[in-house]
Amino acid sequence: MSFIKAEGISKSFQTAAGTRDVLRHVSLAIDRGEFVSIVGAMGSGKSTLLSLLSGLTQPDTGTVSVGGTVTRGVRNDSAVVFQNYSLLPWFTALENVRLAVEAACPELSKHEQRARATQTLERVGLSNALHKRPRQLSGGMRQRVAIARAFATRPEVLFLDEPFGALDALTRETLQQELARLCRDDDRQVTTVMITNSVEEAILLSDRIVPMIPGPLDYARGARGAPATLGTPIPVDLPRPRTTAQLAHDEQATQARAHVVAALTAALGKKRSNSAPQPDAAAAVLRPVAEEPR
Amino acid sequence: MTKRIINLVLPLCGIALAVIAWWAASRMVSDLPSPARTWEESKLYILEPLSKRGETDQGILLLAYYSLLRVARGFLLGIAMGTPIGFLLGVSRTLTRMFDPIMQVLRPISPLAWLPLGLVLFQKSEPAALFAIAVCSMWPTVINTMMGVRAIPQDYWNVAKVLRLSRVTTFTKIIVPATLPYMFTGYRLSLGIAWLVIVASEMLTGTPGVGGFLWQEYNSLVYAHILLAIITIGVVGFVLDRLMGMAETKLRTI
Repeated sequence: MSFIKAEGISKSFQTAAGTRDVLRHVSLAIDRGEFVSIVGAMGSGKSTLLSLLSGLTQPDTGTVSVGGTVTRGVRNDSAVVFQNYSLLPWFTALENVRLAVEAACPELSKHEQRARATQTLERVGLSNALHKRPRQLSGGMRQRVAIARAFATRPEVLFLDEPFGALDALTRETLQQELARLCRDDDRQVTTVMITNSVEEAILLSDRIVPMIPGPLDYARGARGAPATLGTPIPVDLPRPRTTAQLAHDEQATQARAHVVAALTAALGKKRSNSAPQPDAAAAVLRPVAEEPR
Repeated sequence: MTKRIINLVLPLCGIALAVIAWWAASRMVSDLPSPARTWEESKLYILEPLSKRGETDQGILLLAYYSLLRVARGFLLGIAMGTPIGFLLGVSRTLTRMFDPIMQVLRPISPLAWLPLGLVLFQKSEPAALFAIAVCSMWPTVINTMMGVRAIPQDYWNVAKVLRLSRVTTFTKIIVPATLPYMFTGYRLSLGIAWLVIVASEMLTGTPGVGGFLWQEYNSLVYAHILLAIITIGVVGFVLDRLMGMAETKLRTI
């Protein structure tokens, strides 16, 4: 019985050029406690999918359910980490985290809320930066605050939207390890959905990887006119803790990597072969129906 | 160092040139007092700025103080009305569409037009003056607050959604802090307008203050005092703007 279930969700946006279908009939099932990464190129609709899963936006058709109940709006047992940190610049690190705790755990006393926020920030190594404002912090530290803000509310479900996308390679690696540690340490199993464009990152952190395949080019509506679909999920059965160094030589990791890359580039190949400007025929033949993930 | 001197000397040169132009003009127009005569006749008001010799015959600072007091009350009333309106219009597109035409029509109306209406509504000159100041000065606050709310990045709205903040918390912890710099720009512009309006309203109602003084001295043919009042109005307005500007930069750094 899957915990998070997206069934036949579609989403389109109105743009100056007309309606743009970003997702069409996408389905996805995630088990409780699972860490699933959705990997895809920029602009393939990953973020749209995540904001639908998290309840930040509503699908045009289809439903998202978590734990058997259909989500309408963001659930109180879930947390989201954005790529651009989304910290409030007029609050200190502690105040930013406290705001989340106060909103999510009104049953705790002020003192307990503060203690929870402080303790979570300490867990991500920010005990010295509690009273600093975001602009006094480096990108990596800001994202730590954002991660602390998410974990402080003890969420059941965690949505990560390219959490390390804006960081330099070294910081990125440290934070990936910290996130893995936080997910492992937590006494309760957190179900996590992460969006990323890095296959390495997905292999390092996930139980399963779902490739996001952009729709074929549609010349009538400009590039990426057609909706994206999800490929077959690829399991990553590697023991934890994992390290980047170890994964570089691991047979299974190499295989998983090859699998994901193949799934993603197959779509690119399809696009290239279809680059003749015959929009109608192309759309009819090559706009794939979403595959049910197995 | 030399740059500092230049920064100090150039404005002084400008002032000197302006005084010369004034002097030249006074040679040509017989009724216009020369700078020297203006000083001679205004000395008493400037050197004893706080003395009170009669109802309208008072030191210039005292007169400016009356005007400032009136402006402060009108301005506070104006921003007290303008800020909430700005927030409402910023949050709701429907309200904006509903009231935008009215706003565009009301905005360019001169204080001279509002004042008689105020007199009709309130019967007395003091509340009428406050009414005129408030109604004229609130628009920059309304518009800037509205723009400020609209300019809140989607990220912050997402934070509010993701943290499931209540409406009140969203307002106090996100909308207000995010809008504060814009609001203050609005306040600064509003204060400038309030100070513009004060002279007109004092002239029409004859209440004591810089504007009232100006009108009264015109009627009693003491033209030098007109110039004194004009310069005072300019200097006070400049100081007010600078003070608000300083408050604004303080807020921007947050």
